[in-house]
This record gives sequence, structure tokens and C-alpha cells, in this order.
Amino acid sequence: MKRRASTIALLAALALPIAVPAVAEEGKQGGSIIVTYKDDIVTLDPAIGYDWVNWSIIKSLFARLMDYKPGTAELTPSLAESYDISKDGLTYTFKLHKGVKFHNGREVVAQDVKYSIERTTNPKTESPGAGFYDSIAGMEAFKKGKAKDVKGIVVVDPTTIKFTLTRPDATFLHVLALNFSSVVPKEAVDKAGKDFGKKVVGSGAFMQADWKLGQELVLKRNPDYFIPGVPKLDQITFQVGLEPMTAILKLEKGEADFAGDGIPPAKFLQIRNDPKYKDLIVEGGQLQTGYVTLNVQMKPLDKLEVRQAINMAIDKGRIVKIINNRAVPANQPLPPTMPGYDKEFKGYAFDPEKAKELLKQAGLEKGFETTLYVYNVDPNPRIAQAIQEDLSKVGIKVKLKNLAQANVIAAGGKPKTAPMVWSGGMAWIADFPDPSNFYGPILGCAGATNGGWNWSWYCNKELDERATKADSMSDPSKAGERAQLWKTIFTDIMKDAPWVPIFNEQRFTIRSKRVGGADALFVDPVRIPINYDHVYIKG
Amino acid sequence: MGAGMTRYLLGRIAQAILLLIGVSFITFLLLYILPADPARQIAGRSATPETVETIRKQLGLDLPFHEQYGRYLVNLAQGDLGRSYAQKTEVAEIVAARLPATMLLVVAAIVCELILGLAIGVFAAVRQGSRTDSGMMILSFVGVSTPQFVAGILMLYVFADRLEWFPVGGYGEFRHLVLPALTLGILGAGWYSRMMRSSMIEVLTQDYVRTARAKGASELRVVLVHAMRNALLPIIAMIGIDIGLFMSGAVVVESVFGWPGIGQLAWQAIQQVDIPIIMGVTLVAAVAIVLGNLLADLVAPLVDPRIRIR
Repeated sequence: MKRRASTIALLAALALPIAVPAVAEEGKQGGSIIVTYKDDIVTLDPAIGYDWVNWSIIKSLFARLMDYKPGTAELTPSLAESYDISKDGLTYTFKLHKGVKFHNGREVVAQDVKYSIERTTNPKTESPGAGFYDSIAGMEAFKKGKAKDVKGIVVVDPTTIKFTLTRPDATFLHVLALNFSSVVPKEAVDKAGKDFGKKVVGSGAFMQADWKLGQELVLKRNPDYFIPGVPKLDQITFQVGLEPMTAILKLEKGEADFAGDGIPPAKFLQIRNDPKYKDLIVEGGQLQTGYVTLNVQMKPLDKLEVRQAINMAIDKGRIVKIINNRAVPANQPLPPTMPGYDKEFKGYAFDPEKAKELLKQAGLEKGFETTLYVYNVDPNPRIAQAIQEDLSKVGIKVKLKNLAQANVIAAGGKPKTAPMVWSGGMAWIADFPDPSNFYGPILGCAGATNGGWNWSWYCNKELDERATKADSMSDPSKAGERAQLWKTIFTDIMKDAPWVPIFNEQRFTIRSKRVGGADALFVDPVRIPINYDHVYIKG
Repeated sequence: MGAGMTRYLLGRIAQAILLLIGVSFITFLLLYILPADPARQIAGRSATPETVETIRKQLGLDLPFHEQYGRYLVNLAQGDLGRSYAQKTEVAEIVAARLPATMLLVVAAIVCELILGLAIGVFAAVRQGSRTDSGMMILSFVGVSTPQFVAGILMLYVFADRLEWFPVGGYGEFRHLVLPALTLGILGAGWYSRMMRSSMIEVLTQDYVRTARAKGASELRVVLVHAMRNALLPIIAMIGIDIGLFMSGAVVVESVFGWPGIGQLAWQAIQQVDIPIIMGVTLVAAVAIVLGNLLADLVAPLVDPRIRIR
């Protein structure tokens, strides 16, 4: 079966419930904006960068085989002009655009694609994205140092590259759209060595210009960018080290155009209700779920009734109010904007009486004591206190452990250590808009290991098999069927109640009056927080 | 410089090196026993346990404590502070990029502190017991107890947002420096004014002040020349401490004003368990404290010839 990419994209668009119409190109070229962040830009190396600040900047500096249509979660070929997927779903062949140039002037060829993915997966690179490529044939041998290259990545000719997989992987095109799959020129990496993250050369819409460490980074338009009319802006200046409060003041004064960290919680209601800001704030969904893990290996949480009781005892509506309605209550692991989300599913409704009954059935009518681990940055401790209060009403005494992020992660990944963990501020924002990303590491057996991210230590072999089956359905015409399969996996998980899904965060982006562009660009589901390539200066 | 001075300085340097080794040992030990695992932080959530293990080996984090620390010391002796886990860049380069901003802020803040603190302190001491005195002391008390964050945001709101005299945060020109330096200066001036006041009051009762007055020196001359010079001693010691404190501890003011200094760097490194950077910043701060104190000890005899360096 051979298909042109456009047909596949079209089919995918028809099948996915979240397909959003692509953003129409508008706005003239030129002008510059200032973007502020509190945290420093740690690195721009696409194999290393994995945080809120650099994610979207890296997307604009580099190009990948696949990308998403601006403002949507809809895959589209990017550096690839077209691609074919073999009938068995094991071979992907990509034809590259001819004449695409790196920022150093050299043409991008298929060998660069192979080099870049081998660089990301080479343990020496220490990339946090290395784990996404394990379905490529020969990857294991390469990672273990038993092979010099990845046998499953073959350069057919300078503009053709072929990937062979060991199993059909419906998420593979998403993986090739990840930042970790960005194409980098070997000569620039060799020259800069470990400093490549500070001296980047890509083939994206913008190029690195000036960088004063810890102060500001300037990107300039790439005049040779291969997508005509993109980007709109001539220059973007990122100023780092600014408190969100200060950033808002700067925005008001016209000294900044975009507050990267959003609206500070303390000012949220005031700004939200101020008519001055009405047209400057864009609200959108986020591929995120905040949840409490219930460690199924620890007593008495190993009892289903107890986990169900906890699910019923927590008033999620009140928690959403505590964070000023910056979220919507959740009843399942998937967020509403993700394919496979079940709109009909009701989950466990808030019912403290029923919860008490269930505890009685479990022989715990007198309640019990347990511990909740929490990341110690606002609003997480307040959320944890609400959970503590709710649970005390059904007789469960919760001790709170407010710790630094790394310590909570360490406790969650250690067997029989943390009975409950509130995920807020740590996980789980999807790497790519596909439901499988919400299963394997955080709810599947693979993640229930020492140092893993499955902090409820839930492992259901039957569901694991169904997940593998769903991920083998790489034929894009089966996308609907696949989403359906994922839907039942996640609602079936809730029967075992290893999590209490609490809420799905909403995003609120604030921009200056000068900046234009479709609203979707400011809450782009993939380019978090915003899509720098397509926004423009009005007028 | 006499032989005594050279010996004194060598002794101080030897002391400082021992102190720095001690500081590095304690910091390294604390980071070692921390339950957070930098290898996991680097490997990310998609990593298999084997990947985490490989990274741990590459960074030498699988070695026993004494070997890890030994390696660190050997590298340190060669001037190598290592590379940041998160940034991959050399720690020396990252820290060096931040140093000028912090040093500029420290100097400007101390100048503000001194001008404000000494003026208020001397004035209050001369008018001891008056309403002006108690009013000023209440003000310094407010200064001492106001959180940096509150004062910083207030300064921004009034002078940058409302009055538009200064830009809202940033770095590079003199106008960017004024508000953060004033914030640190005003708050710090509280300590200095209280210290200066009590020091002055004590000095003003001394015999030589009475002698100066009896000699017919003007009151202004008595206060500024005879008394103040002797009252300055404890202040000089305080400046020494302040240099060290501000070098590492201006985190809050740095974030409020977007000042790209060491404090911000340290804060972010702690969040990311970026051990090489945490170590680097700790050492820089320790060096600053040592130098600040040394400076104070060297300056003291210039002000008061009775003090001799031995």
C-alpha cells in the first residue's frame, strides 16, 4: 500500500476528533518582539532541551521530517516532501525537500537525518529523548555499543531515507516530529562539541544571533527558510530572569510582547476580569492531567475499595476553584483535547457517603493513616491541603510531605515508598498528541520499575497487551478504530482506580496589543507555549 | 610591604584554602546524600533504567563518595569546575557570564547602604533621644524587616510603572541598576544606621571627643572627623560580611528585576539538581566571603592606626 502524504493527512484529519482547521496564513513579514521568561534558557541543543522555555524555541530553530500544522495537533510532512508507509507498517520511506539549507549554507541531506537520530540515541549524548526511538530496528544493539550505527535507518540516496521498525508503531510519525528528531549538521556539532547547545546550527525558521548568557537570546529570521512566507517576524528577543509579576508590568508598558510564564496566580483573577486585557488573553486546552497516584503495592491502597473510596471522597470542583478556575475537573487519565478521550464516561462522582461505605466494606470503617507527597511550589501545597481535608472527612488521615521536585520524583519511583503522590508541577504534559503517550511510562508495566514514572505501580498485563495492539495499528485509515481502542483502555484502567484524576489545566496566554495571529497560535498544542513562526506584528 | 605583612597574607591565604576545601567537602557531601538522582533528571521520563545507569556511569555518579570527591578536587586544582549537567556548558563559563552583573549590583548596593545608613545613623546619634531619632530608628526597623520581594515589587510599581522614571527590570545600562541597588540598599541601610547610631553614641562620650570640643573644633568637625572615623570600625567589618552575603544571596532582588546574577543561577541549579553549578556557585560565594573579610581586616588599620596587622 503506497500513499501520498497528503491523502494520509486528510484521512487522519477525518478520523481524529480533535482535528482543527489549519490556521490561514495572514499578516505581513517584518518587525520584532520581546518575550520574557523567569527561567534561563538552559540549552538549545535539540537532543537535550526538554523544558517549558526551550521547547518552542528549538522548534523554530530546527526542522524535522514531520511537523504539525500551525495551531493544531495535525501531523504534516515538513523536511519530508512526502512519505510512504509499507503495508505491514514496518517500513517508512521519506523523500526530502530538495535545496533545504542549514543556517551555515550547506544543503540538508538524508545522511543528516540518520546522523541526528543516532546522535540523540547515542548514550554519550545523554539525551532525555533517547527512549522514544526503541521501535527502530537495530536500536538496542546501537545503544549498547554493539553496532556502530542503527541498522534500521538507511540512507537510500541523498534525498531518500528509510526506517525499518521491529514492530508496527502508530506513534512513529509523532516521534519524528519531536524536537529530539531535529536535523543537525554533523560538522557544526563536531566543531562546537558539548557547547552545541549554545552555538546552534539548524535549518528552522529562525537562526541564533546574539546570546548573552543568563540575559538575553536573539533569534533572526532565516531568509532561506524552505517554507515560503514563514516566519513572519524578523527578530525575536528572549529576556530571561524576570519574575512573572515583573513581566506583566513590562507587557503593560510595552517593554515586552509576550509573558512566557503566563499570568502569575496571585494576579490571575484581577487580570482576567480587567477589560483592558480582555482581547489580550487567549485560553486553550492543554495536553495535561493532574492526578494523585495510589500505590497499589502499599497497604491499604492495595484494596480496590479503598482506592475507589479515595476517588469518591475528593471534591475536584473545589480544587479547581482553589486555582481560580484555571482548569477543568477530570474523571479519566486522558485530557479532553486528546484523541481517545471518552466524553460519555462519568468516572467516580464526588460522594463522601459512598466512600465511607466502601471503606467499611474494606474493613476500614475507622479509617487509616497515609502520606501524600507534594511538590513544594504553589499552588501544589494548597491543592494537597484540600485533598487532605476531603479525605479526613471520610476518616483517612493524610500526612503531607512537601518536597523539592526532584525529591518527589525520586520517592515516586522507589518501590513501596510513596503511598500517594500529587503529580502537579512535575508530570504529565504529553510529548506528542497521542494517547499512547499517557499510558506506557505512567500507567503501563514498563513504568512500574525502580526509577520509573508509574508511581501507582499499577501493572495490568491484559491492558498492556491491548496497548501494544493499539500501537501496532499504524495504518492511518484505522486511526478512528485505534482511538476507540485507547478509549476503552483508559476507562478500564479507572475500574481499578490506580489514579485519582483531579483536573486538566487550561492555558492562558497573554500577549501585547501589537502581536497578531490566530488565537490557536497562542495556545498551540504542540508548540508550547506559542508558535513563534507564524505570529506577526499588526499594522 | 613588610615581611610581617607578607607572612600575614600568606597565612590568610592558607586559611582561605583550607576553608574552601571544607566548604566544598560539606556541600559535596550534602549533595551526595540528597535522595534526588541527577542521572534520572538528565535521562528524562522516557528513559529505561539501563539508560539512567549508563548516564550515571558516564558522570561518575556510580563511584563511592571518596572517589567522586577526589576526582572533583583534582579537577578543581587544575582550575576545572566541570560541566553543567543540564546545560552541558563549562561551569566556569556560566559562572563567569554572571559574575559582572552580581559584582556591579553588590558594589552599587553597598554604596547605597553606606550613604543612607551612615547618614541616618550619624544624624540619629547626634539627635539622640529626640523625635527625629525615634522616627529614624522606626524607619530603619521597617527597612530591616521588609521582605526583599515586597520592597522590590513596590519600587517597580512606583518608580517604573507609575512614575516611569526607570525601566521595568532588565540589565545593561545605569538606569537598570538604580532600582535593584536602591532596593538592596534601603533594606540594608536599616542595619547600618542602627549599627552606626549605637557606635556613634558610644564614641561621642569618649574623652577625645570632649577634648576636640574643648579645643574649639566646630560641632560638624567633631562629628564628622573625630567621632565618625572611630565609629566606622564595626561598619567596615559589616561591609566585609555583606560582600559575601550579596554575592550569593540576592536571589530575590535579582529575579524581581531580571538581574542576570549568580543568585538566579544558583536557584535554578538547585531546582535541576545541577551539582557542578551548585558547587561552582558555592565556591564563588565562599571566596567572596573570604575576600570580603580579608578586605575588611586590611582596611581597618587604615581607619584606626591603633589596629595592627600581625
